Amino acid sequence: MTLTGLLFQMLQIVVALALAPLLIGWVNQCRAWLSNRSAPPLTLPYRTIRKLFTKDAVVADNASPIFRITPYIVFGAMCCAAAIVPSLATALPFARAADAIALVGLFALARVFIALAAMDIGTSFGSLGARREMFIGFLAEPALLMVLFTASLISGSTSLATIVDAFAHRELGIYPSLAFAGVAFTMVSLAENARIPIDNPATHLELTMIHEAMVLEYSARHLALLEWASWLKLFNYSCIGLALFVPFGIASGDDWTALATAALALVAKLAVGGALLALIETLSAKLRIFRAPEFLGTAFMLAVLAMLVNLLLGS
Amino acid sequence: MIAIPLSSQLINLFAAVLLLLAFAMLAQRRVVSLIDLFAAQGLVLALSTAVVAWSTNQPHLYESAGLTLLLKVIVLPWLLYRLVKKLDVRWEFEGLINIPTTMLIGIVLVVFSFNLALPISQLASTVTRSTLGIAMASVMLSFLMMITRRKAIPQVIGFLAMENGLFFAATSATYGMPMVVELGIALDVLVGMLILGVFFFQIREQFDSLDLKHLETLKEEPGE
Amino acid sequence: MPTSPLALIGIAATAWLAIGAAGLIRPRSLRAVRTLFPLGAVVAVAIAVIACVALALPPESTVLSLGLPDLPFHLRVDPLSAFFLVLLGSASAAISLFSAGYFRSGSGTAPGLICFQYHAFVAAMALVLIADDAYVFMVAWETMALASYFLVTTDHRIPQIRRAGFLYLLIAHVGAIAILLCFGVLQGGHGDYTFAAMRAIALPGWWGSAAFFLALMGFGAKAGLLPLHIWLPEAHPAAPSPVSALMSGVMLKTAIYGLLRVTFDLLGAQLWWWGAIALALGLLSALFGVIFAAAQTDMKRLLAYSSIENIGILVAALGLAILFKTNAKPLLAAIALAALLYHALNHAMFKSLLFLATGSVLHATKERSLGKLGGLIHRMPWVAWLALAGTLASAGLPPLNGFVSEWLLLQAFLFTPTLPQSFINMLVPLAAAALVLAVALAGYVMVKFYGVIFLGRPREPSLAYAHDAGRFERAGLVALAAACVLLGIFPATVLGAIDHVTAQLVGSAASGGDTSWLLLAPLGAERSSYSPLIVLGAIVGAVLITIQLVHRMWHGRVRRAPAWDCGFPLQTPRMQDTAEGFGQPIRQVFEPFFRIERHLPSPFDAKPRYSMNASDHWWQWLYLPIARAAEAVARLFGLIQRGRISVYLTYSFVTLLALLLFVL
Repeated sequence: MTLTGLLFQMLQIVVALALAPLLIGWVNQCRAWLSNRSAPPLTLPYRTIRKLFTKDAVVADNASPIFRITPYIVFGAMCCAAAIVPSLATALPFARAADAIALVGLFALARVFIALAAMDIGTSFGSLGARREMFIGFLAEPALLMVLFTASLISGSTSLATIVDAFAHRELGIYPSLAFAGVAFTMVSLAENARIPIDNPATHLELTMIHEAMVLEYSARHLALLEWASWLKLFNYSCIGLALFVPFGIASGDDWTALATAALALVAKLAVGGALLALIETLSAKLRIFRAPEFLGTAFMLAVLAMLVNLLLGS
Repeated sequence: MIAIPLSSQLINLFAAVLLLLAFAMLAQRRVVSLIDLFAAQGLVLALSTAVVAWSTNQPHLYESAGLTLLLKVIVLPWLLYRLVKKLDVRWEFEGLINIPTTMLIGIVLVVFSFNLALPISQLASTVTRSTLGIAMASVMLSFLMMITRRKAIPQVIGFLAMENGLFFAATSATYGMPMVVELGIALDVLVGMLILGVFFFQIREQFDSLDLKHLETLKEEPGE
Repeated sequence: MPTSPLALIGIAATAWLAIGAAGLIRPRSLRAVRTLFPLGAVVAVAIAVIACVALALPPESTVLSLGLPDLPFHLRVDPLSAFFLVLLGSASAAISLFSAGYFRSGSGTAPGLICFQYHAFVAAMALVLIADDAYVFMVAWETMALASYFLVTTDHRIPQIRRAGFLYLLIAHVGAIAILLCFGVLQGGHGDYTFAAMRAIALPGWWGSAAFFLALMGFGAKAGLLPLHIWLPEAHPAAPSPVSALMSGVMLKTAIYGLLRVTFDLLGAQLWWWGAIALALGLLSALFGVIFAAAQTDMKRLLAYSSIENIGILVAALGLAILFKTNAKPLLAAIALAALLYHALNHAMFKSLLFLATGSVLHATKERSLGKLGGLIHRMPWVAWLALAGTLASAGLPPLNGFVSEWLLLQAFLFTPTLPQSFINMLVPLAAAALVLAVALAGYVMVKFYGVIFLGRPREPSLAYAHDAGRFERAGLVALAAACVLLGIFPATVLGAIDHVTAQLVGSAASGGDTSWLLLAPLGAERSSYSPLIVLGAIVGAVLITIQLVHRMWHGRVRRAPAWDCGFPLQTPRMQDTAEGFGQPIRQVFEPFFRIERHLPSPFDAKPRYSMNASDHWWQWLYLPIARAAEAVARLFGLIQRGRISVYLTYSFVTLLALLLFVL
């Protein structure tokens, strides 16, 4: 473990924390443009967080400590995930501690806690949201893991950093299995990040909410942390996608210039990715909740197919 | 990793996309999207034929690619669109089996067909031999689609997609069939399509619907 | 003073029996029970420690001149049995501690008698683990089954419980017959029933397969493998909670032990397709168990189905280990086997913890139905927080123990594509997918379990009087929760111990590669690595830093207020999402798995009621036909029953004549 590695690690977490609100701001802006509305400012998420942090928190009478600790745990888990996903560099000392499987485990940890917190107050919407979130989760999690398995079958490693190193420095070859995996991953990311067509992040109609229903009882700093964590989750998923499917530009050594290029590349890739996400969201309609298993089942099957194709074609 | 020539990589990719499209067709409910997917499959087929032509230097395959493009990307989808528009059947409702189960059966079929193709493809000398399994899988998936659909038009699309799979098997595994055979098949498909189109109108006139459930009444009554 | 581990374990098991017998002196005295159970816990700890030592020692065997003439008891302790003795000792220590505070005098069996049955049960399990011939094994196995049967039917005045006990005994005996037949095949016609003799015989392939499948059926019946699982969801809710914990946490593992003993030790050579079948059967059980767990409304039934899931995972790992071993990949076989053993240990801890927690809840509320619980975290903080550890472990979340074994198993799965059987290769992605799906569903089930019992508002007014667990109960729960955490964050140490077993069974250690005390990397750090301690540290660190930063920079106050009622002030706690509601999406998605009966109210009902019953297809498909056939056969035999002495004498006379004719 070198000092540079440690610095890279810290820097990556800071970049993730700083860029995550920007990414969501950018997606919202693109969505507004695409639907011909005037766009909110790019910095709106930052202002939201600031506003929420300065307010007094209101907590329900019967909230248990689980309710109050959950925002911190979810936020902490997302920060750890941001440390593992190689968004800027692959020489990350912390990445050794958790491979792709553990990363999925971290996401699951955050999900379980947020669902428990939603059930804690005992309101109908909270437990409804919790049930739906776990419902989406149990379908999405295997699909995500299968996508990661496909990548690790190709690269012979479950460590994300090694996967990226293998992908970024291979001779240019076409991996048909990655096409399947890419489609599956996009579908899973949409579902996991509460985007259309599974959930509508902008909805205020309680019956259709998933993520929003769970955080309904939160306010002020707790809400700020949860929102920030959900943006970080989107950022992490985007970075996993970029790392698996367009790994070019990620710094692989202890090289500061490479890191600078990586940062530029990351911003550019995220800009394109965010615009694509906005495009997908604009083009599709929200599914009924019981269409979600079909959507995610399809993603799951595609991910399994990706593994199969990988075995069949040997590439 | 063994260095595989670009053309084989491309063909592998096309094979994968073909399979992906076959699964997408299995999962698709809307008839119009189904036609789009069918057209896309035709396009992939044409491209892969062109790649085979280019890599093996067989000019007659270019003609075959062009034929595919003309017939399967332009003429047949256009005919189908027109049919859908005239018959006004945009929606396919629930199939016989729900979609995840269908996909699961599909995956089992893929495994099955690949194992079936394994001894054959080991005999083959071409570098793209592993695509034979995929071609067979897409034939079977189309068959599955025909089985699981209730309405007539998706069944016809399934039939056409089955032919696509066969064609892909021929081009990728053995580098193409003789031109005469190809032309014959193409003509068959076209004529078959036209005849089926006529049939559809007849069915609808008879039953006011394209739901094939109604054909079930056309059996002999037991007893008496 | 003997110093060999085997002798010490024998003495400890005898001590258990003695403690049990002491309970009989004054069976109605609660005070006696309060002292005897902790003594039993001390013995259990001693067994765990001795077995830990024995794990690293070479196998040791002895012959006791007990038993029938010419059939002495053969005993042996080797790494495999030592590992399961550790499991038995550590889990039963905590359960005994809990039991000290749990059993009270009531309408059922007297506490002293329970104490005797309990200790006979654990002693029999210890004997199963150190048996070295089929005779001792079967004696111990049947003692175990009988003792547990009496424990299950503690509340024998309730007809459902008697019924559940009968079902359990029935399946246990079907299993025992299969095991007996298995040993019959294994001795290969030589008539020598010692395990040493069985090891020496190389059975021809066909007979080997017969032995394996008889073992799979026999031990599968005990473990709750599909389709012999039906006793589990009946017996576990019927039994007192410590007994459920002991049965689910430990007794099911003795079945796994037996399966391992027969497969890898007594049968010299395995065939690859056994592995494929075990894998398929295991995954089917896992999926089936977890899907049913999600639909349950009784908290102990839910846990029972979850046990079926975990047993399924164990058997799937066994299948994988067989596949790897028969294809000459000892390292991968060792990893799959280590995943199996690790998961067995983990399951013993977290499932015991959860069963004991339900016991505390049951005592405090007299309520087993999830629909009538809720909000207990406020009334029973100790139980709730300790159960949280078990819940997270059971859901397979890092950095707790459930995740480690799943991680190891997934690593093994990722390597299966190197096998020569192409069909297996291609089905493995599906198998891995099924495993991951089962694990993800376990998360769903556990959120339901914990959320409905401990979170939300109390669904019944009587819950306001619930009291927290007593001292002994707390001690047992704390021990198990600590085990969940420790097993989770020091996997390399545990794997080091498991290595002795894998070395014995498949000839390779699982903790090779770059594994150190901090990092788990059995295949090299390049390939995969996981360090739970660092993950835990990072999460805790991130949480602490965030709390500090947030409180330093914005010292925002917290105001308490009623929860938002959406403008509808008439809500009652009964309107919260129920367990049925939580299971509804699963029922809908996996509808073909269930046999669903709905009773819908008619529009004219003054008091409309809705009820739904999701039952198991296997009853309809397998058990009822068998029961009907048995009944028909019995009726046929009933025809010869005439009720007149002279007719019966005629039967005897005719039989005698026939026999004479036959013999002469």
